[in-house]
Amino acid sequence: MGTEYFVALSGQPNCGKSTMFNALTGATARVGNYPGITVDRTEGRYCTPEFCANLVDLPGTYSLTSYSMEEVVARDVIVDEKPDVVINMLDATSLERSLYLAVQFMEIGVPVVLGLNMMDEVRKKGIRIDSEKLSELMGVPVVECIARRGVGKEELMESVQKVVEKTKGQWTPVNISYGHDLDPAIDDMTELITENEFMTDRYDPHWLAVKYLEEDEIVMKNGRKAGPLSEQLEEKVRTVSEHIQKTLNTYPEAVLADYRYGFINSILKQGVISREDDLRFDFSDKIDLVLTHKFLGPVIMLLIMYSMFYITFNVGAVPQGWVESGFAWFSNTVGSLLPDGLIKSMVTSGVIDGVGAVMGFTPLILIMFSMLVFLEDLGYMARVSYMVDRVFRSFGLHGMSIMPFIMSGGLPGGCAVPGVMTCRTLRSPKERIATIITAPFMICGAKTTAYLMLVRAFYPDNATTVMFGLVLISWLLALCFGRLLRWTALKGESTPFVMELPPYRIPTLHGIAIHTWDRVWEYVKKAGTVILAISILMWALMTFPQLPAERVAAFETQRAQAVEQSTSWVGTAQEKQSKLDMALAEISYNEGESALKHSYAGRMSEAISPVTDVAGFPWQANVAFIGAFAAKEVFVSTMSTAYSLGEEDPEESLSLSEKIAADKAWTTPVIWSVFIFLMVYVPCMVTVAVIARETNWKWATFSVFGSLAFGYSLSVVIYQVGSLLM
Amino acid sequence: MSVSLRTMRKDQKGVVVAVNASGELGRRIRDMGLVPGTEFMVVGRAPLEDPVALRMKGFTLTLRNNEADFIVVKPED
Repeated sequence: MGTEYFVALSGQPNCGKSTMFNALTGATARVGNYPGITVDRTEGRYCTPEFCANLVDLPGTYSLTSYSMEEVVARDVIVDEKPDVVINMLDATSLERSLYLAVQFMEIGVPVVLGLNMMDEVRKKGIRIDSEKLSELMGVPVVECIARRGVGKEELMESVQKVVEKTKGQWTPVNISYGHDLDPAIDDMTELITENEFMTDRYDPHWLAVKYLEEDEIVMKNGRKAGPLSEQLEEKVRTVSEHIQKTLNTYPEAVLADYRYGFINSILKQGVISREDDLRFDFSDKIDLVLTHKFLGPVIMLLIMYSMFYITFNVGAVPQGWVESGFAWFSNTVGSLLPDGLIKSMVTSGVIDGVGAVMGFTPLILIMFSMLVFLEDLGYMARVSYMVDRVFRSFGLHGMSIMPFIMSGGLPGGCAVPGVMTCRTLRSPKERIATIITAPFMICGAKTTAYLMLVRAFYPDNATTVMFGLVLISWLLALCFGRLLRWTALKGESTPFVMELPPYRIPTLHGIAIHTWDRVWEYVKKAGTVILAISILMWALMTFPQLPAERVAAFETQRAQAVEQSTSWVGTAQEKQSKLDMALAEISYNEGESALKHSYAGRMSEAISPVTDVAGFPWQANVAFIGAFAAKEVFVSTMSTAYSLGEEDPEESLSLSEKIAADKAWTTPVIWSVFIFLMVYVPCMVTVAVIARETNWKWATFSVFGSLAFGYSLSVVIYQVGSLLM
Repeated sequence: MSVSLRTMRKDQKGVVVAVNASGELGRRIRDMGLVPGTEFMVVGRAPLEDPVALRMKGFTLTLRNNEADFIVVKPED
């Protein structure tokens, strides 16, 4: 047993930080959340005989000056948890910009080790970087790495050990010069802060002064709570700002940034980089000439999305079949072991069938996500945002909103749970909330099954076209509702689209596997817990209270009468028998229907029917909608229960689609009224919980009632207008 | 002669003269390294002519036309 170190791993987005983190921590990594917020916190361990390092992966950030959740988290971990060392991974192909974050860590004073990643690409481009010189000039260890192949990880940790032994927990903030306008002001403020011990337990005085000049909202807010000195400091900042505004026509914050870049440049120009290749076209630019081409770009984008759709459903159908038949076998086996009765009914129809229906989607989600993660890690999704931003902006959303939409089922088969979670990448709270509220309109995996079942029933000849039309409608409704929100409850400016188009890089298998697994596991957990509970609840609602004995007896009498009467029918014995079977099936069907109508679920449906009649929903759909609020998967299972209760011989039963198609209640206006309502009416319970976690309960409640009102109005219009025209 | 970044054509090179954006936009632009003195080249425009993609400092940056309005550049010609 050696010493324990606490090491934070940081870096700008796309610098290969997570790849290095995975290489270092291997299978020890686990994901959690920072307390109280939803930014992922990934932790893991790296051990040598001498020491063990507890690593925390900070969210990828370009700087520590902005106010996005990620940047605040990264800063707070440094300031409050005081890691022994920060490993700052850099994309060496873009050294100048990458060092911007490193300089800010050095300003805070935390001991830093720099990892120069992608040295293979640097060499391929013919650039030479003198890492020893860089280390000497910056005063921190610099390690050359190729994270994809794990090159440099031992050296990184050796440097960490050396740094810890040398610094012994001592922080030495680096003070760079910010020019003759700001330096005196900073000195002044530093002195005041030190004298008054103003928040010095948390922040370094010099750093605090710099943050005041940057007008850092969070630091200033803490300052106002800490004491009256903050007013004095703010006054000083105002004086300096006015001066700089007059003489230089700019802001202290901009001056600070300029000097930081100046500091970096002065280092790079001392022979650290042999050749700059700034504006040289590279391989990624050549690919972009095609992939973001004015006409080809969108066409290719649609083709890629279509093939993802195609692969998911065609390749995924095979393993989905295995999972489903596995569960069917399990259900039969368990069923044959248990005696007939309520327990058997609950275990087979409630537990196994309910969870099995949901688990059947796991292969689809796995395939869908691995492709999506691949495209994301490849760098293609950033291009998609870039191409669609102009369109999304006119609906008050952001180019980045496309990811949550696609994940939620913009390509049918997604799931709003990971979709809503993807909204973390959106910076503006308003666009983020608008996306969170509308993303669940997309046709998720659960709704896909419901639509497949209904479309097969009503439009057997045009199934693909209708399905495709539904997908388009879901996008249109989501965008329009987004526009409505941004005009009303979420009024405000759009967020900047200042974004990096990362170079195309073939992702590592390991990285894809980890990312995909995280998302699939989330889904499986949902199936195992929430859906199981709901599925039992729905079974109970549809089973109890059971028909009173005299009504069961009445159906028995009907059966007996039918058997009796059949003896006097004309025809051969065979004809008589089949006629009798039909009569008996009819009676059983009626019995099932009255049992369901008698149950709690039936009564609930009855109770809301005055309202839903306006939109034309059949009573079976009513029950299914109630259940589907719990989980959309329940829609199909409830419909099948509603149409199949009382079925005597499953071998001869018609398929659910055929049964629904035979039901006269489903006229065209009814069909479309149900289609649209199912699309919009409410997010499922799990999604609502996730929305609450990602925003707050106010928005979660709004997402339920807002969508409900929106869906209901659409359905009423469709049904009423449709019925008039028919 | 200095012009707004919006007016730059594809494949045209230039140098940033000033960034006149304050607040969050200004901060984002600076964090990404688009500061006065930066050389860049317009490498592309999205299918609807907006946003615009710039190549600079070894990477590609995108921003919208109405954000490019705040950036004063000196085209190389």
